[in-house]
Amino acid sequence: MALEPISQANGNGGAKEVIIEVSDVVAGFGDHLVLNHINLNVHRGEVLGFVGGSGAGKSVLMRTIIGLVPKREGSIKAFGVDMDAADDHERQAVERRWGILFQQGALFSSLTVKENIEFPVREYLNLSQRLLDELAVAKLEMVGLDASVCDKFPSELSGGMTKRVALARALALDPEIVFLDEPTSGLDPIGAGDFDTLIATLQRTLGLTVFMVTHDLDSLHTVCDRIAVLADGKVIADGTMETMLASKHPWLQAYFHGKRARLDASPLKSR
Amino acid sequence: MLLDGKAEGERLTLAATGAWVAQNARRLEGEIDGMARRNGGIKRVDIDMAGIQRLDTFGAWLLERLVRSFTAQGVKAEVTGLAEKYRALMDEVRGVKADEAPHKEPGTLTSAFASVGLAMVLVGGTISSIINLIGALVVAFLRMASRPRSFRLTSMVHQLDNVAWRAVPIILLITFLIGCIIAQQGLFHFRKFGADVYVVDMVGILVLRELGVLIVCIMVAGRSGSAYTAELGSMKMREEIDALRTMGFDPIEVLILPRIMALIIGVPILTFLGSMAALYGGGLVCWLYGGIDPDIFLSRLKESISLNTFQVGMIKAPFMALIVGVVACVEGLAVKGSAESLGLQTTASVVESIFLVIVLDGMFAIFFASIGM
Ligand SMILES: Nc1ncnc2c1ncn2[C@@H]1O[C@H](COP(=O)(O)OP(=O)(O)OP(=O)(O)O)[C@@H](O)[C@H]1O
Ligand SMILES: [Mg+2]
Repeated sequence: MALEPISQANGNGGAKEVIIEVSDVVAGFGDHLVLNHINLNVHRGEVLGFVGGSGAGKSVLMRTIIGLVPKREGSIKAFGVDMDAADDHERQAVERRWGILFQQGALFSSLTVKENIEFPVREYLNLSQRLLDELAVAKLEMVGLDASVCDKFPSELSGGMTKRVALARALALDPEIVFLDEPTSGLDPIGAGDFDTLIATLQRTLGLTVFMVTHDLDSLHTVCDRIAVLADGKVIADGTMETMLASKHPWLQAYFHGKRARLDASPLKSR
Repeated sequence: MLLDGKAEGERLTLAATGAWVAQNARRLEGEIDGMARRNGGIKRVDIDMAGIQRLDTFGAWLLERLVRSFTAQGVKAEVTGLAEKYRALMDEVRGVKADEAPHKEPGTLTSAFASVGLAMVLVGGTISSIINLIGALVVAFLRMASRPRSFRLTSMVHQLDNVAWRAVPIILLITFLIGCIIAQQGLFHFRKFGADVYVVDMVGILVLRELGVLIVCIMVAGRSGSAYTAELGSMKMREEIDALRTMGFDPIEVLILPRIMALIIGVPILTFLGSMAALYGGGLVCWLYGGIDPDIFLSRLKESISLNTFQVGMIKAPFMALIVGVVACVEGLAVKGSAESLGLQTTASVVESIFLVIVLDGMFAIFFASIGM
């Protein structure tokens, strides 16, 4: 694969490269349409926060983009590759470039934590066991755990630890984009804050693009460059936090100005 | 070449080039380990990172590892020229304590013996949990008998549909074929002595006393026992059983009793149907292949078997059903968190229940012989 340098298009004006392009996608189950002609672009280097009510279809959109839910209409392009037209080889090359954190973690239950993290690396790269082990520990420490959990099985982890290990696995191959489904739910506030910092760090250092489904208003305030709102199977609003706060849409008003909304959090990245 | 070295006396200058990323990690590791080893008389190392195109965590970690291995040898190592945007990434990997990565010890002779011992302990554990569950079932049954309305009839009927009604076609087919095969083999060999007609005795006694119930139990263990184990096991994995318990329900009463009752009712019915199908198959082969008319087959059958023969088979059926059900449920509840353990437990359930069914059959044979049945 070509190793052209990643352009750090983030925030320095000009046209941003679109790495995920969802156009006119329809998806659903039976006669229940969850996504109804939805359009969405994800730009390189941004942290996109994705919000919407429970059951609005956020997870379904994420699963449609990564190809787990079949779509009925529309097209999805990832890294400029049309996923319908791609052959197995191209598809695999794309899949190597993204990492996914599922809402329930989806760790392999019969592998230990360390083996879970090593698994994608072992499959794609031919590395020595020593380097694999060291990298597994490095990833674990990056997500705020340490080497003592290496030999535990997923069933022996707490909910928050499961989330972190799943993130470590999503990051194992240093992907260009990560899809995170509610990464901070189930973490204590300190852990959630660390998690936000971590996302910001990774985004800065690796030029990582983040597609994050979240209900955590603090995360939305502190790390997200852009927020997209899903309702009735469509993106009803998208823009920065300021746009969201200024919006007159009743749902957005309730969401961002509700009892739980705190307006004093300042963006991490401007600190 | 991703790392180039120039030594000047006590000073080594390393220049990094290219992409220090995942795809190159294997090559990079080799070069870095080679570099860290050739350090004759060096006191100071400068690593110039200005020439790299890209750096990711793989590259950053390998750089950190290079610095550490020099430092461990008492050589002062310094990284220069690293682009500002990678600073935070390097800070991130600097804190990593990778020497703590635990290494699994390879299996030794002791661990082989230990696993044998462990297996024996597990067998003991299974036996005691089977006895435990039987006890708990009796309690649940008595409790149910005192309050019959609390019995989960719907659940039992649903299970009965699964384990008995839906199993009828396959059971009929298999027992029919078994009946045919026994009759054919019998005819083939008995004919040499001119004892064709005794085939009817053999088929009748064998099918009614032993084969009918055994075949049915083995089929049920494979078909329904494994399903019970997998159902209960995945409920256990997803904490559904704990949820039931916290709501004040007894999982034995809600989940296990209806399943086992369904087996205890279903297996005798299947045994009866299976035995009839086997006799039918035997009769058909006797007629078509052995030339024994159906009339003769029936009258011969009437002489050779008595009600006892039939009873022996039918008495065994509910006990074997109990064993299959209890083993399946015990193994289901023994599932731990992983998918692998679900598979192991399901295998164990089928193997153990078939084994115990055959052991039980042997014990019944001794019992019936001693009471003259
Ligand atoms: N496999 C499925 N089969 C049928 N319907 C489904 C399936 N998965 C999701 N749905 C339906 O699609 C809708 C959207 O579900 P989705 O999981 O995307 O919600 P969500 O926005 O992620 O909610 P939450 O914030 O609670 O995670 C729901 O109405 C759900 O019932
Ligand atoms: Mg969801």
